[in-house]
Amino acid sequence: MTFSNLVHAVIDGVLTGSVYALMATGLTLIFGVMDIINVAQGVFVILGSYLSYALSVHFGIDPFVGLLITMPTMFLVGIVVERAFIARLKGPEKTAMSILVTYAVSLVIEGALNMIFSTNPVQINNASYVNSSVHLFGMWLPFIYIYGFILASVLLGSLYFLLYRTRFGASVRASLADQTAAALVGIDVKKVSTICFGIGIAVTAAGGMIYGTTNAFNASSSYDLISRLLTIIVLGGMGSLAGALVAGISMIILEDIVAVAWSPVWSNITFFILLVIVLSFRPQGLFGKQSARVA
Amino acid sequence: MNTKGYFFRLASVVTLGASSLIAVSAAESSSALAAGSPIKIGISLSLSGDFSSDGIAFQQGYQLWANDVNAKGGLLGHPVVLDIVSDASDPTQVTANYQKLISQDKVALTFGPYSSLLSLPAAQTVSRYGYALVEGAGGAPSVFAAKLHNLFDVSLPVANALQPFAQWVAGLPKAQRPKTASYVTSNDPFTQPQIPVAKKIMSKAGIKTAYSSVFPAETTDYTPIADRVAQAGAQVVVLGAVDVPTVAAFMKAFAQMHYNPKVFIASAGPDQGTQFTSAVTLKAANGMLVPSSWYGGSANPLSKAMVANFIKVHGGTASQISADVAEAYSVGQTIAAAVKATKGFNNAKIIKYLHSGVKIKTVQGNVKFNSLGENFSMTAYTFQWQGANFVQVNPATDPNSTKIVFPKPAW
Repeated sequence: MTFSNLVHAVIDGVLTGSVYALMATGLTLIFGVMDIINVAQGVFVILGSYLSYALSVHFGIDPFVGLLITMPTMFLVGIVVERAFIARLKGPEKTAMSILVTYAVSLVIEGALNMIFSTNPVQINNASYVNSSVHLFGMWLPFIYIYGFILASVLLGSLYFLLYRTRFGASVRASLADQTAAALVGIDVKKVSTICFGIGIAVTAAGGMIYGTTNAFNASSSYDLISRLLTIIVLGGMGSLAGALVAGISMIILEDIVAVAWSPVWSNITFFILLVIVLSFRPQGLFGKQSARVA
Repeated sequence: MNTKGYFFRLASVVTLGASSLIAVSAAESSSALAAGSPIKIGISLSLSGDFSSDGIAFQQGYQLWANDVNAKGGLLGHPVVLDIVSDASDPTQVTANYQKLISQDKVALTFGPYSSLLSLPAAQTVSRYGYALVEGAGGAPSVFAAKLHNLFDVSLPVANALQPFAQWVAGLPKAQRPKTASYVTSNDPFTQPQIPVAKKIMSKAGIKTAYSSVFPAETTDYTPIADRVAQAGAQVVVLGAVDVPTVAAFMKAFAQMHYNPKVFIASAGPDQGTQFTSAVTLKAANGMLVPSSWYGGSANPLSKAMVANFIKVHGGTASQISADVAEAYSVGQTIAAAVKATKGFNNAKIIKYLHSGVKIKTVQGNVKFNSLGENFSMTAYTFQWQGANFVQVNPATDPNSTKIVFPKPAW
């Protein structure tokens, strides 16, 4: 392994890790505000991939431009799912029940996608930048990863602005900290929860579009995704937005470095060893739910 | 007298006796079928999960065979009904499925699932009930290492699948012969055994190994591995992949890295017809190689008839048909021959018949099993995408082979 290989692995890790961080941000936002573990997040990402694919193949719409359609659509899908299934969950078993309910939702969506698109893997290949790259510092960097990184940065920045610089964001952060107290000061926690679920699903449209341009996918691809996303938010701290960002990027960087420097077989294992070590010392994850709620 | 020991022995005898009775009655219950009543065949397939695209193709193959058999009056006058359940590509679920199919659904016969990963637990399960398991996609050495008497794989044993390809590369004139090769494979029982065979032959011919690596089957981000392969810059890439998305990920990464090996072969993926081309585009597919024992353009009359029927039902062209369809169809043909020869659905007789060294004609070619249930009479071929056509290119001496496109066209 050369130094150049190592640098390349780190750059790959940052570029792809940011997209995973974006997908995981939606998951952790939903958990932070609602105490809902949305195991359907993976299939929502794939639904986002298919929406971008359909717009690209059937209407010739550029995948990035298509986000103007797919993100609001996914936001609405999120609202409908939250109103129809999630809002009904109450009581101390709410979090545990949410796993079952969202798993059922994921199975229904997976079945529907298989019926509509078949199980044949597809890929968003129509845009010229999908297969091209730029030669920088002696290495080829694919445009799609660079654009994906920029998109993830813009969306994460926007999310940060929304949460920390707006009145709605203050309501969300109050709900993150203490739902009962937030309700007592007049915040409509129910409404905030619904909107947050919608936002959490809307970001999957962007993550799904990047995933679909970099991987061949079918509905079953969601299984690999959800395990990875859950791992990211556990490492970062359930409910912590900063944690999802740091864990997402560091996870992929670590995996890439191990794959290049040692062996791909050890890349996943090394990450899980790190996860166990971190959780041994900080059971709440790197940033922890409590710190996120205070932030 | 040791009362505890006595009761333990008694309980053991009763349990063993009961188990044997259940197994015997399950395996033989189908022998006594009313005339014209349907014959149920139990199958667990990956209709969701990692192998879902192959699972669906297998379902199409099994169903096509059942339709064709039923159009000719069924098996010994019994219409065939397929009892297909999904295992979500999960080895644990496949075990539960076959238990249910045999003990609850009372199927008379069982066909195999997709992939070596699932075939072994499936065969072990049905073996307990005395059933035969004829399968079309479970040819890894680890499957046969279990030495199950009831297991029969109608397809090519995978260990030697890359041999003709490697021999072709090694046999190229020295001036044309590639100098370096990279070997990268998923740690799957189907792919991993194929690589050392190819590597040994090519190394012997002086082709140096530029990069060699194994990656976990559950990998989702292939970028760092593909980057390493591209950076190694070998003229030949041998990829051990079990599905289309893996091959597609490497192809895309290579294109992005402006790396175009002279020869690129994947152990599976390019043989999946339209599943492959829809994921990677026909342009990128051009020149891609894959080992297999069947293709849509096969001159085998049985294959031609199957291809015509498939196109009638599903549309498309011969090149777009997945090799999985033929593998599944061959399973049906093999069991049909055994049922016809044994004049019934007795699994013990079917197992004995299939072990008798008999040669059975299928859409993939002849099937003849050795003591382990491997089909050792099938020939390995190499196929290549040339434009919109998926053609046989190796062995070059075969009259049905087309000239190989070498070096591979640019992405």
